This record gives sequence, structure tokens and C-alpha cells, in this order.
Amino acid sequence: MSMEDDVLSNAIIGLDETDRRIIKATQGGLGLSLRPYDAVALEVGSDTHDVIRRMKRMLHAGIIRRIGVVPNHYALGYTANGMTVWDVDDARIDELGHLIGALDFVSHCYHRPRNLPDWRYNLFCMVHGHDRAEAEAHADEIAAILGDAARNHEILFSTRILKKTGLRLVA
Amino acid sequence: MNDLTKNLLDEFQRDFPMTARPYAAIAERLEASEDDVIEALKGLHEQGTLSRVGAVIQTGTVGHSTLAAMSVPSDRLDEVATIVSGFDAVNHNYEREHHLNLWFVITAENADAVDGVIAEIIRLTGIKVLNLPMLDNYHLDLGFRLQWN
Repeated sequence: MSMEDDVLSNAIIGLDETDRRIIKATQGGLGLSLRPYDAVALEVGSDTHDVIRRMKRMLHAGIIRRIGVVPNHYALGYTANGMTVWDVDDARIDELGHLIGALDFVSHCYHRPRNLPDWRYNLFCMVHGHDRAEAEAHADEIAAILGDAARNHEILFSTRILKKTGLRLVA
Repeated sequence: MNDLTKNLLDEFQRDFPMTARPYAAIAERLEASEDDVIEALKGLHEQGTLSRVGAVIQTGTVGHSTLAAMSVPSDRLDEVATIVSGFDAVNHNYEREHHLNLWFVITAENADAVDGVIAEIIRLTGIKVLNLPMLDNYHLDLGFRLQWN
């Protein structure tokens, strides 16, 4: 789905103030209590049924990507976080991007603009491993699929997480 | 890690029950008690292996966001990283091994607000910022399959 489509679907379902409050109230996490949606309803000034209905609607529209447990991959031992970047033939990027995005070891896969002369890469795929060798092996698998369509690539490993918070909506 | 906690982390990254008592619904599927599920999740959270239980918002659907990169001299990295992380609009900031060594995500209400943050970072640091917004998303997020060692 392109960004334009996202914006369009957002406009079509028309997020209102209550929806935005629900996003704000839930992005930091649902409570680990018996009736977590009740707490959300109380916070946004609605009722439980309405909160659930609105969350299902936002999930269906793709505004909420998923609802569930969010593991901390780093704490689970996935300490090698590699941003692989590829210089892919523009004519084939959509076709190849979808192939790479479907691989189960890829957690994010985006088309982004080049910024010449500083930046030549247009396909960004995040891969993770228990160590660098495991992440590099994933990059090799991607390279094999892209073949000649990728003129060059690099892996940028993260060395420090300087800030990481959920998406924050401004009130 | 026992089977209950592994199953919680593996099988509920998506399709979390949207019912008034979601942990009871999970408990039923895992043949555990509602209290066991809640206690196990609390334990994982305290241990740090569970970030949260909640909604993951699709970047670009609410507000506007971009990925930005800077090439920061190593002796200024801490100073510049602190300036960048100080913006509320910056929600991820990573140091990476590359001459472009600082990578961060800016999210704001609209494109103008994002451009404003970039301009302010350039003004405060005197360093160029590459603006690399998402053009297409090729990955449908179904969670991430964990491999247990």
C-alpha cells in the first residue's frame, strides 16, 4: 500500500477525536488487568463496546497495524539489528519489494527515495539476528533473490539505541 | 522460559482478543487460567522481554513521518544525539556503523511540522539532514517469528 493510499484510507474512515484518544491511550500498552478495554474507555470518555468497535475499525482500515504482544527483541537475544539498504532498478522495485517484504525474517521493508549524491539506496529492509553472522546470512538470502536487479547494497548495524518510544501523537 | 510464556510471545503478536476480558480468551486457548496469563505477562514485562501489550500504529497513517540520517563527527555524536532525541517528534534514534551514523524517525501532525523539526536540527547542529520518507510499504506486519535457542 502506498503512502497516498494510507492517507486516503485514513480520510475515508475519518478518524475523529475519540479515535485519536484511543490511539493515544493504547499505544503505550493495554493494562494487564482483567478488563483492559474498560480502562481505555474510562480514559477516553466512552464505553467498552465503543472502544472495541472503533479499534476493530482502525485495524481493518490499516491504521492499527496489529494488536497484540510486542516482544522486546533485544531482550530476547536478537542483539544484531541490521538495516539492509539496496540500490534496486526503479522499474522492478515494486515487484521485488513485495517478494522481500514477504520473507519471514524481514520486519520492515520500505521503498524510500534516493538522495544523490549522498545516498544511492532506494530499498530498506530490516533484518535481525542473535548475532551479526545470522543477520548477514539473511542479507545474503535477500541478495540472492534480488540478483542483478540490485546494483549495490550495505548493512548498517545499530551500535546504540539512543531513543525508542512508541509513536507519540500530539494532543 | 516455559511453554506458557513462549506461547504468549509467539502466538499473540496479532489477533489479540477484542473482547471485554481478552486474557480470559487467551487463557482458554492456552488451557491456562486467566490469572496465570496475566501473571505471566507481568513477569515478562518486568523481565524486559515484553515491551507491551497493545496496538502498533502504521507509520504514515496518523500524522506524517520520515526517516532521517546525519553524518556526525564522532567527537560530536553524543551532543548531536542528545539534541535530536530531545525533540518529542523523534520517537526512534539509533547510532549505526556507517559514515551516516545517526538514524532517526520523525513523526508529526503534517509534512510541514516534520520539515520544521528537520530545519531546527540543522540550525542547532550545523549538520546536513537527509530526509528519506517512506514511498511504499512492502511488508504486511504479522508480528515477527521468534526462534527459541
